[in-house]
Amino acid sequence: MSAVNVWKFGDNIDTDQIIPARYLVTTDPKELGQHCMEDADPEFAKKVRPGDVMVGLKNFGCGSSREHAPIAIKAVGVSAVIAKSFARIFYRNSINLGLPLFETDAAEQIEQGDKLELDLVTGEIRNLTKGETYQAQPLPEFAREIMAAGGLMKYVAKKKGLLQGAKSG
Amino acid sequence: MGMTITEKILAAHAGKKEVHPGELVDCRLDLLMGNDITAPLAIKEFEKVGAAELFDPDRVTFVLSHFVPAKDIKTAEQCKIIREFAKRYAMKYFFDEGRGGIEHIVLPQEGLVVPGDIVLGADSHSCTYGGLGCFGTGVGSTDLAAAMILGTTWFKVPESMKFHFSGKLQPWVSAKDMILYTIGQIGVDGATYRAMEFTGEAVSSLSVEARLTLCNMAIEAGGKSGIVAPDEVTLEYVRPRAKRPWTLYQSDPDATYHSVHEWDVSKLDLQVACPYSPDNVRPLSEIVGIEVDQVFIGSCTNARLEDLRVAAGIMRGKKVASTLRCIVIPATHEVFLQAMREGLMEVFSEAGCAISEATCGPCLGGYNGVLGAEEVCFSTSNRNFPGRMGHPKAKVYLGSPAIAAATAIKGKISHPEEVVRRLGTLR
Ligand code: SF4
Repeated sequence: MSAVNVWKFGDNIDTDQIIPARYLVTTDPKELGQHCMEDADPEFAKKVRPGDVMVGLKNFGCGSSREHAPIAIKAVGVSAVIAKSFARIFYRNSINLGLPLFETDAAEQIEQGDKLELDLVTGEIRNLTKGETYQAQPLPEFAREIMAAGGLMKYVAKKKGLLQGAKSG
Repeated sequence: MGMTITEKILAAHAGKKEVHPGELVDCRLDLLMGNDITAPLAIKEFEKVGAAELFDPDRVTFVLSHFVPAKDIKTAEQCKIIREFAKRYAMKYFFDEGRGGIEHIVLPQEGLVVPGDIVLGADSHSCTYGGLGCFGTGVGSTDLAAAMILGTTWFKVPESMKFHFSGKLQPWVSAKDMILYTIGQIGVDGATYRAMEFTGEAVSSLSVEARLTLCNMAIEAGGKSGIVAPDEVTLEYVRPRAKRPWTLYQSDPDATYHSVHEWDVSKLDLQVACPYSPDNVRPLSEIVGIEVDQVFIGSCTNARLEDLRVAAGIMRGKKVASTLRCIVIPATHEVFLQAMREGLMEVFSEAGCAISEATCGPCLGGYNGVLGAEEVCFSTSNRNFPGRMGHPKAKVYLGSPAIAAATAIKGKISHPEEVVRRLGTLR
């Protein structure tokens, strides 16, 4: 992975901040992405560049079980989320939808604007700005396979040799 | 190093000797559940990838629970999707209205959940099953869809928190009071991501029904699961109904816990969660006398036979206060039938309660007793966030069936003793 830019947030970033309930009327990723983190930073969706990462502290993604939250983060171009801890259902949904997560206490040390290099296989995070290296729990192989396939359902379909005669929509 | 019961169950289903908190494991699943809200979406995902078969039609269950009998055209159509799917895939355990009820009570009752299982339910209260000594947890529809095809899913091994309850429960004090107290102490995020393990003599003395109540509200503390290790009480419940063999697991004495809480229940008073959060818990004595518009005795938390017996014991020969209405909804059709045979339905009906076929009803503000603005409800269910049971300005108090029944008779939040002592009825 090449160097990516950090957008830093705090504790308990809940799914209502990630994508406010008023936008749940759609499941269109592009539209959801436009409103990602809107209430915390109205300009976020415009400023973020493809590949950038979000860094939060504890309990990132808490709140409702809406799958719209990781969809919005992915759609706005964010390539991974780093946090001290993730809320359980957000964690599941992210992996299922193909959004890489790095869980590490080192999230504290990462600051807004830092440049990072992430290694999905080893869980290693290199902070190029600070010259530091942190280790997150690496994702196991099957979770990486889910990511590579583009999400859980595509992964399942591939594994089972499905999708040939699949209904569209 | 020793393992907790939760770690042992996950390890066994992942084909591993041991697992450690934080580790991600791929586990074989014993039973999957979808309800009338989550199953239609899962079916859509299932069909979208062109899947042609369930990994095992006998291990996928659908229970129509939330909006049945259908409340409107939309819900009728959701149910129709499920019925057709169940028929097409020859699902053995599809529970339609009149034969099922609330999923979390139907599955244990039918012997579909047994000790040592991993049960994946597309409903957050799937933690209920832990009362039988198994690992039950809630997921979304996409997870359910994938599991319907694979028969496996991934889990992050949770840390366990131990809640040790010593002593003997005082009269009227129940599992509901134990779990409300626990949530009041640790907060709605006090167990986020973790397994809540309930131990101690006060837990051993509970029936399986009461243990299900205890585990049901683990999610209200943010827990991934709740669990009570199986014992002779569990086996007595399981033996006559189990549809599959079971495996008994116990935590090792040297297992590692995130934290241990020890409480003596002999000092525990009746507890009530006040608006607008399940962790806003106060002893009943601090809130007696609050006037109530509706009492709801129902939900997957407290509408089992045992609960209805306690409520009917208090209401027998009395009338619901003229200032309120009381709604009784048994958790399952089986409970309904049994309650009728025991004469409990007659007690409720004579008292002036409205009774319905088994369904979630007003618990999630669905139908059958939705609240208006400013209305106050005393409910035996599990959530009281704004808008949960209807209008965002309605106020919901959560507590046991004993308090609910006493409140229905008195018209205001009351201690059961106020009703049975005054009228000379023995418990
Ligand atoms: S009774 Fe309430 S909490 Fe239980 S499954 Fe139904 S809606 Fe959910």
